[in-house]
Amino acid sequence: MNPISATDYICILPELVLAAFGIIVMMVDPLLPPQASRKGLGILSFVGTLAAVAAAFVQIGHSGSSGWFDMVRVNSFSIFFHILVPAISAICILASLEYLDQQNIRSGEYYALILFGTIGMVLMSCAVELVLIFIALEISSISTYILAGYRRRVASGMESSLKYFLLGSFATAFFLYGVALMFGATGSTSISEIAKAISAKLDSGESMVLVYTATALMLTGLGFKIASAPFHIWTPDVYEGAPAPVVALMSTGPKAAAFAVLLRVLFGTGAVVASWQWLLWISAALSMTLGNFGALTQSNVKRMLAYSSIAHAGYLLVAFVAGREAGIAPAIFYTASYAAMNVGAFAVISHFAGAGERFVSLDDYAGLGRRFPFLAFALTIFMLSLIGIPLTGGFFAKYYVFSAALNSNFIWLTIIGVVNSAVAAYYYLRLIVVMYMREPVTSEPCEPASVTMRLALVLAIVFTIYLGVVPGRIMNFAQQGALDLDSRQRSGVIVTGLPATSDLATPAR
Amino acid sequence: MSDIILTLVTFLPAAGAAAMMLMPRNDRILRAAALLLSLVTFGLSLYLPIAFQSGKPGFQFETNKLWIGQSIHYHLGADGISMWLVVLTTFLVPLSVLVSWKSIHDRVKEFFVLLLMLESAMIGVFLSLDMFLFYVFWEATLIPMALLIGMYGHERRIYAAVKFFLYTMVASVFMLAAIIWLYVHTQSFDYTVIREAIQSGRISTDALQWLFLGFFIAFAVKVPLFPLHTWLPDAHVEAPTAGSVLLAGVLLKMGTYGLLRFNVGLFPEQARQNAPWIVALAIVGIIYGALVALVQPNLKKLIAYSSVSHLGFVVLGIFTFTQAGTDGAVYQMLNHGVSTGALFMLAGMLYERKHTYEFREFGGLATPMPVYATFFLIAVLSSVGLPLMNGFVGEFLVLSGAFQNNMIYGILGTTGVIWGAAYLLWMYQKVFYGPIHHDENRSLQDINAREQISLWPVAVMALIMGVASPYWIRTIHPAVVANAGQSVKTAAITATASGHK
Repeated sequence: MNPISATDYICILPELVLAAFGIIVMMVDPLLPPQASRKGLGILSFVGTLAAVAAAFVQIGHSGSSGWFDMVRVNSFSIFFHILVPAISAICILASLEYLDQQNIRSGEYYALILFGTIGMVLMSCAVELVLIFIALEISSISTYILAGYRRRVASGMESSLKYFLLGSFATAFFLYGVALMFGATGSTSISEIAKAISAKLDSGESMVLVYTATALMLTGLGFKIASAPFHIWTPDVYEGAPAPVVALMSTGPKAAAFAVLLRVLFGTGAVVASWQWLLWISAALSMTLGNFGALTQSNVKRMLAYSSIAHAGYLLVAFVAGREAGIAPAIFYTASYAAMNVGAFAVISHFAGAGERFVSLDDYAGLGRRFPFLAFALTIFMLSLIGIPLTGGFFAKYYVFSAALNSNFIWLTIIGVVNSAVAAYYYLRLIVVMYMREPVTSEPCEPASVTMRLALVLAIVFTIYLGVVPGRIMNFAQQGALDLDSRQRSGVIVTGLPATSDLATPAR
Repeated sequence: MSDIILTLVTFLPAAGAAAMMLMPRNDRILRAAALLLSLVTFGLSLYLPIAFQSGKPGFQFETNKLWIGQSIHYHLGADGISMWLVVLTTFLVPLSVLVSWKSIHDRVKEFFVLLLMLESAMIGVFLSLDMFLFYVFWEATLIPMALLIGMYGHERRIYAAVKFFLYTMVASVFMLAAIIWLYVHTQSFDYTVIREAIQSGRISTDALQWLFLGFFIAFAVKVPLFPLHTWLPDAHVEAPTAGSVLLAGVLLKMGTYGLLRFNVGLFPEQARQNAPWIVALAIVGIIYGALVALVQPNLKKLIAYSSVSHLGFVVLGIFTFTQAGTDGAVYQMLNHGVSTGALFMLAGMLYERKHTYEFREFGGLATPMPVYATFFLIAVLSSVGLPLMNGFVGEFLVLSGAFQNNMIYGILGTTGVIWGAAYLLWMYQKVFYGPIHHDENRSLQDINAREQISLWPVAVMALIMGVASPYWIRTIHPAVVANAGQSVKTAAITATASGHK
């Protein structure tokens, strides 16, 4: 057995950086007086996430290496998420700085939990071993369970945390059971070993029942994490009760990571054959439809965006349905673009909500265009991106996903998706309408956004617009990630004839 | 110059708008900046007709650069149709700025920023030769317009803005689906490449019919074609004056332009097969719009329904597939922009004085406002289609095309002209003649110098376009012929050749 080398440490460099900063934050926190603002710790954590992003860039030079007895693997796929997820956490921390002071929450472990949660999420994307994936999933989940309950004195906050915890641990149990069965079926928990075992099984015509059962169980567990129908019921309640910046994090970070795992489990192992697509098809169609129609009737902005996130999980699943050739890269791109706009939207909401999160109903947003031109402008950009208007990231995300689906001839699913995005336009638009076209109902002076909040929003806007104007680079990266992920393609059989996405990889004419 | 001129014209307003966003909230400077920007854009756009080589087939002033990936290009180009629509756009925007000078006093900065962004998007729609780019610009017109209506409109503005947004948004999604489908099957977003691919017969007729309908629904809502027109009266009545001017003057033309460029240009066979029911809808629109206009008690609503009727003529002209009809349709697009733009500007001026559009509040206004009444008469006569005015040329060509195609079409279309004269002249009578019922109307201020400046250009243009129509038809005609497909091969080859220079 090889001794542990420097490469092993480089493979988990971002995780190490985050852990170091998290531990420092935990240790400094008790030394501060109880009533002192924890802003300094927040800024320290922010620096920590930036350092993690930098560490991920360092990993680019070591792409293709694997470490820790082949339990983690660094490649374009993992690096993509190692940049994306800490960046999301960075924006959430920036938005939280102001929020915690506003809500009078004085605790440093909040930031530490974000950092620890981030470790779990990034580890999920580079782990190629089911048990490690499970551990990473738990690290990220436990942190978010606690964060969801941070508004301890509010009943809905308690409800949120408890609901998330109970249902979440139930779901992870499903996942774990799936892992166990998969081990039973293939004799290994390593993704590449599993892939080999499965293809051997397929070749020899052995029974696949156990593999399918295992995959279904894992699908259930991950379906909960990504909030796709029919595992979505918890979402509105949890999002409503959790602190807004935490929702910003948990609607994007763990979701992106869970999608990474889902990609890995479904396409990395080759466990899902074409005849299985109908299951994902139904889940995608259900998520889009239930999410969007649920959002139509909401008057609470947080609940509305909760339903919207269910719908977006549905759009993402459309890419999964499109299959491994066409779908992986659009799915990766979608997670990035969705993260940018959703983090931004929740950051704005956390500011508007005010002390005690009093202002979260749609009517409270009346006239905000006049009262806070910048914040309203930012929220407008995010809403337009969520609708999928051109020149925003949301447009290209949807565009790539639906092209992939059309390309794989899923015409009806595309039609359902397209009709859904038209329906969705209504409720996103309603928020813009209320902000700009209604007169303010309250004359209560709301404090202007802090510098850090503005910075968070500017980052989110720049990223959203960047993805909408020049998506080529990120899409190339996603494409590369897709190649790295797919074991079959990596083994030299580059699958040709993928027009929709080959757009970026190969010359079309 | 000729390869960057289109980029300049397209993005100058947007760049100006971005700069204005950063300027302090000084309303005077902002207004002046908006006027200056729109005038410079107009000046630049005049380079197009001056440098345009009317004998040359295909698109001119082309720029073609890779934008995203390998197949999405930034590809702009103008032919005799799109060039004039661009000039119409740049011509109407400074006038819209002028009419909003005093009437917009709240959130001035946002107003002009939105107006200029809208201008960029509209110009982009007419110039795009890449389907993807076209869709991007098409959708980009939506938000500024919806915000202009919703933020600066009248009482029911929110309802109108949301209705406008949803109607157009939902319809254009079908176009996007068609564009993506075409891409998946031809590997290109380029207009000329797709056109050749379709002509080569690689795509099945069934698919072409669906694609035709996908494009058609998006454009028909925008035109608007009966029975998809119901958003239009709401949007017009609630929109601020500048919004109405640009909505009627330019945005509706995006629909007819799309029908001509894409539905007829890409799918000539399907266009001919579907022509009977489309023409029927157009004629219903002409007559229905006119009849509804006839009974409107509200000035702006009347003009809005007159647009439904007039745009019906344009669609009728396009789907007669005769040279006269299509030439006339394009010319009528320009005319309608000028004359209806003028009518909306005039209606807005009256609203600023009376804060209503209801006819019962008016009557006998020719006495206190003689200059205003004169301009109004010019606009009405231009809209009615009096010989020597611009409307006459367009309507005449369209109707002669309709008669060539089918006698019934011609006869029914002609009744529309008669109804048009009826409702417009009655409207003029109700507003300007007769006794003054309301004493406060006796002391109404006639229009001032600024308002006159904004009206002179349209009045003069209405006359010039009526007398000197050959100047326009000379460049429109070859473009229409090329679009209809007679000389498709040569046009496409030169276009791609010049694109790869």
